Amino acid sequence: MSEPTPGYVLLEDGSRFDGMLCGNTGGGTGEVVFNTSMTGYQEAVTDPSYAGQIITFTYTMIGNYGVSAAAMESDGPHARGVIMREGRNNADAASAEGGWLDWLQANGVWAITGVNTRALVRHIRDKGAMRGGIFPDSIPTGEALGMIENEPSMAGSDFASQVSPETPIEHAGQGPHVVALDTGIKASIVNQFLERDCRVTLLPCLTGASDVMAREPDLIFLANGPGDPAAVSAVTDTIRELIGEKPMVGICLGHQLLSRAVGLETFKLPFGHRGSNHPVKDLETGVIEITSQNHGFAVVGPDGAGTIETDEPVRWQTSHGEAVLSHINLYDRTVEGLRLPDAKAMTVQHHPEAGPGPRDARHLFDRFLDLAKEG
Amino acid sequence: MPRRDDIKRIMVIGSGPVVIGQAAEFDYSGVQACKVLLEEGYEVVLVNSNPATIMTDPEFATRTYVEPLLPAPVAAIIEKERPDALLPTLGGQTALNLAMDLSANGTLEKYGVELIGANREAIIRGEDREVFRQVMTEAGIRIPWSITVESVDQALKELDEGDASLPAIIRPAFTMGGQGGGVAETRDELVEVVAKGIAASPIGQVLVEESVIGWGEFELEVMRDRNDNVVIICSIENVDPMGVHTGDSITVAPAQSLTDPVYQSLRDMAIAVIREVGVETGGSNVQFAVNPADGEIVVIEMNPRVSRSSALASKATGFPIAKMAAKLAVGYALEEIPNDITRATPASFEPTIDYVVTKIPRFAFEKFPGADEKLSTYMQSVGEVMSIGRTFRESFAKALASRELDSRPEVPDSDQELLNAIATPTPGRIDLVLAAFERGLTVEQVHEKTFIDPWFLRELELLAAEGDGTGGLERIYNSVDTCAAEFEAATPYYYSSHEPEGSPSEIRRGDGKSVVILGAGPNRIGQGIEFDYCCVHAAMTARECGRDAVMINCNPETVSTDYDTSDRLYFEPLTLEHVLAVCEKEQPEGVIVMFGGQTPLKLAEGLKEAGIPLLGTPVEAIDAAEDRGKFGALIDRLGIKPPPYGTALSAAEAEEIASGIGYPLLVRPSFVLGGRAMEICYSADDLKGYLERHVKASPEHPLLLDRFLENAIEVDVDAICDGDEVFVAGIMQHVEEAGVHSGDSACVIPPMSIGQEMIDEIKEATAAIALELGVVGLINIQYAVAAGELYVIEANPRASRTVPFVSKAIGIPLAKVATRIMLGQKIADQDLPEFRGEHVSVKEAVLPFSRFQGADSVLGPEMKSTGEVIGIGPDFPTAFGKAQAAAGVALPESGTVFVSVTDTDKAAATQLAAQLHDLGFEILATRGTAQAISRMGTPVKAINKLAEGSPHVVDMIEQRHCDLVINTPTGSGARADGYEIRSAAIRHGIPSVTTLTGASAAVRAMAARANGYGEVKSLQELHAR
Repeated sequence: MSEPTPGYVLLEDGSRFDGMLCGNTGGGTGEVVFNTSMTGYQEAVTDPSYAGQIITFTYTMIGNYGVSAAAMESDGPHARGVIMREGRNNADAASAEGGWLDWLQANGVWAITGVNTRALVRHIRDKGAMRGGIFPDSIPTGEALGMIENEPSMAGSDFASQVSPETPIEHAGQGPHVVALDTGIKASIVNQFLERDCRVTLLPCLTGASDVMAREPDLIFLANGPGDPAAVSAVTDTIRELIGEKPMVGICLGHQLLSRAVGLETFKLPFGHRGSNHPVKDLETGVIEITSQNHGFAVVGPDGAGTIETDEPVRWQTSHGEAVLSHINLYDRTVEGLRLPDAKAMTVQHHPEAGPGPRDARHLFDRFLDLAKEG
Repeated sequence: MPRRDDIKRIMVIGSGPVVIGQAAEFDYSGVQACKVLLEEGYEVVLVNSNPATIMTDPEFATRTYVEPLLPAPVAAIIEKERPDALLPTLGGQTALNLAMDLSANGTLEKYGVELIGANREAIIRGEDREVFRQVMTEAGIRIPWSITVESVDQALKELDEGDASLPAIIRPAFTMGGQGGGVAETRDELVEVVAKGIAASPIGQVLVEESVIGWGEFELEVMRDRNDNVVIICSIENVDPMGVHTGDSITVAPAQSLTDPVYQSLRDMAIAVIREVGVETGGSNVQFAVNPADGEIVVIEMNPRVSRSSALASKATGFPIAKMAAKLAVGYALEEIPNDITRATPASFEPTIDYVVTKIPRFAFEKFPGADEKLSTYMQSVGEVMSIGRTFRESFAKALASRELDSRPEVPDSDQELLNAIATPTPGRIDLVLAAFERGLTVEQVHEKTFIDPWFLRELELLAAEGDGTGGLERIYNSVDTCAAEFEAATPYYYSSHEPEGSPSEIRRGDGKSVVILGAGPNRIGQGIEFDYCCVHAAMTARECGRDAVMINCNPETVSTDYDTSDRLYFEPLTLEHVLAVCEKEQPEGVIVMFGGQTPLKLAEGLKEAGIPLLGTPVEAIDAAEDRGKFGALIDRLGIKPPPYGTALSAAEAEEIASGIGYPLLVRPSFVLGGRAMEICYSADDLKGYLERHVKASPEHPLLLDRFLENAIEVDVDAICDGDEVFVAGIMQHVEEAGVHSGDSACVIPPMSIGQEMIDEIKEATAAIALELGVVGLINIQYAVAAGELYVIEANPRASRTVPFVSKAIGIPLAKVATRIMLGQKIADQDLPEFRGEHVSVKEAVLPFSRFQGADSVLGPEMKSTGEVIGIGPDFPTAFGKAQAAAGVALPESGTVFVSVTDTDKAAATQLAAQLHDLGFEILATRGTAQAISRMGTPVKAINKLAEGSPHVVDMIEQRHCDLVINTPTGSGARADGYEIRSAAIRHGIPSVTTLTGASAAVRAMAARANGYGEVKSLQELHAR
């Protein structure tokens, strides 16, 4: 861990928040978002869905229990930077294989500590997620602002194809064959399928429909991933071709892409949902589950509205039959899940695999596999 | 399907007097529940015996009963009020146990009362250790194994068969506080400790339990609704690992050292526990131990009710658990209730916080000389502080400052001694740990001795080395919002933190005038819930008077730190620095320092110097009342006399002063250590002996000599003065002998044996003193009446401990009236009728001796009680009997009464003995008393005085051959006996009375009770006008 150097967070609207750099001392930009989870910092940073983003942790003590291989959600970090109130480098925990700050530095992740993260979060909450960067004091604000302006906006950005594997990855199993279009899948999702003894194949997300079918899937899985769903139209086209061929499920970006494939729209949330405490109501059972969330876009509901006021399983027409609202977010009443009976598909916006976050919704993987059994 | 319409009237049971382990947090939860139920349109029947609670204020229930929390009186209330339901989960263990008793004895069934919140089966599953074990085991949740063993061979057999393993804890059955137990790490130690434990156990039985000492200790606060939705409100991690009761542990929220997967496992298990136990709606607390080496988790226990931890969790997160529990109990689901703080999101979520909360317990060992300060698995702390900071260090430093400690532990000289000292958990251990780091000892060294998680130790090391990390930063105020700023907060609940310059504060202060009320800080003996009660009343009244009420306090257990109580709550240490910082933001019309006991009073001078306006009685008046010389001169001017007194700087001077004052004398050093060196001297010889044995009077250590007024009646008066007029609200006559701290004495309103002339004299003296001091607000004056003469003992121009009791007894909220006066109103503007109630109210103190091993159970000038109860009845005996019962020392229904009285009391005592005999009691008496009784034809058995050797009276008490002690002492020898007898009685929970007034009241109370419990009346009925 290098000596801390003074630095700052700058947002595209000119708001500046001072702190001390505790990783690389160059300077980096991305979309500045916040995550309200109190645990799971390493899982978040290695979640490919954070590609192109800088994560502000609202919890103040980050790094408490170090880092470990078990907490990796992918091969390495995908978030570009982390903004903390009090970063820690402890490695005393029995499970720790190293210190968090050391790991960030070794992996080239921008890190800044001592920032009034609450003020930053309140700013983003009121003004919306925006581009920004982490800079050393040696870079003047004006220059930093220029760097931020060169950063493309998240709306319209395709990060999914950047985090997708170049070649297929196969995991053995005796059960149903889950073939995923890997737009940045989390290890926890793969593990949930593997725990259910599935055979899992992860395909580059630009794999064509016929190649997907050639893998003889029992279930086509549409993964989570980063960026604007509208910017990965090639994947959406593939999905549209696959609809009806095999049962299909999606999580997060996968949910958005399938929705787009059946003609539904997506829109950018003001500051997204990132955390482990969002209540989601399962409209099929009435049960409220506390969920892990990480998304900046959402699917538009019936009548073009972003929110739905009823707790009924609302139905509306898509290009591929009816969409049935299966899950709703009780915080802002946005769409959290759909069933598309005609397309033999179901999707959820949140992360039932947890990792990090509550495991209330893990049973959805059983529901996914039930769908696979129906063929 | 919200609110239940099939129930209309709900009984809520409070937790009774404040005792160790059950304090103000249950007033907080009960008040929330009552408010919610009334808002929802239900009729609330409240029962609680503690007058110093906000919940027993008449406006918080439809019917308020201050009756003993025992099956008979509560059954009488149920019979009268016919509630449809009983909510037992908000009044601590007391309410839960009482509800179980009422269920078991058929009362609930007889009157068709439904238990809501938790049913009988769930309570049993949660509370019965064996049932709980079975339920958990069936659910696949591990709890530490434990085996009952009656021989060493059996213990070894269990070990060999794998049912037991090492290390193990051995607890002898039926010994106090685990005496004779220990930890066995090897087979040899197991043999040794089990043998020792079996010998120590009166039934030759020990419990061999899995040792999880040194494991991390965690708690999760869980809520469940009728739709089976479960949420975790807060995780709490104990800094002190397993082995120290969680109430005595320093704790932080959220959990710091857990990885996400381990935390999620705890979460899953907590949810499984509440479901398996079957708490249908409401809050529970689940406690875990986690092995730091491998993450193995065991469940220690669960409470199927709101608890001290849930009060802490509510304050820590802003999520009002008790309020929600009450709503869930009457049918709402979490998703149907809006989050109180954001108002825009539902309560069916899990709070997330962006700060660190620290709780540090406050102990009172200094009050109990001789008590072992080692912390263990039973709770010994009397209060706690909570603090909020953005970082661990900031939070922790604030909590340390909030403690208001009088002294810090001594730090041993050598490193080795210091390390040895921290190996034992004690109240001062944390200070020693910090001292160890200041001295350069390492995290590894400290961890090896304390097992405190290295994460905490590294932070503490940093705290010792670099301070709290706020240097160069600016103090700002953030809100507590349940959501880490994800949503806008509507509730003004603030804490200070330090951030880079230019950071915004979140205080939303309109243009209204504000009044800052300083709270009482951590509960401690002598400064308890009574003062919080007054602060809450001040806040309510400031609002009524059109001001913004601003509360500053750091005690998480209280109603004052409920964000609903004031317009703005600052959860801050009560130090001059923090209070001034709030005043700078608030620019208040004034600060009220008179209601929070000594804590805010200590700040008065500093606030005044800083130019902050103080409301009410000026600082000078406080000084004039506290300074012995100034006050002496003042009452002299008024022609009111104190008991003769003097201050000696040498032994010779002491003897000279003594002969001037006359005997008996109360002698004590001016610097009193726990009242230990205080004695009553009856003669010059006594004094000589005292001077030889104890203190050498010297200029550095002056000796105070006061005339001890024998056979005096002590009187406490609470009054309100507006500068021109005085309202004497309550004249309380003490039931017990003089020389005992007024806080530990029973007292009665109206006075029982003071004539009208003397009452008028007391009123006049009170008015004269209050006006002369310049009091604007409350004043408490203590008097003694001896041989028809009135003596003033002391005056305190501030809210006293008895304000809530007097308010409940007379039906006038004194603190509210006083606040109005402090805000400029006059007594003439108030509606203050002369008290004409026909009822009698008795206050009794509740003592904690059984908690402290090795402590002298002796009452004296140092206050030792933790709480109080009220008994109200149509006459003194009934009220006295109720107060005794409520205090937990129920007068016996049959058995043996020990009588030993002074010569002047013998005639009256023989009559009492005859009455007792008629009631079916056996009489036991010391020789002189026995002769007098026997002469009147009442059968009596004589027994030795202490000095006459065994078997003497104390032996009888120790062996529990005695059920009531009547002992009026006089003369030095008898007095010493009296202390021994009283100590033994207290130790064994045997009621003892030391005045004839008390004795006759007790006997009449026992006679009255023989005729049934009698009529119960609500405060609303008693004070109907």
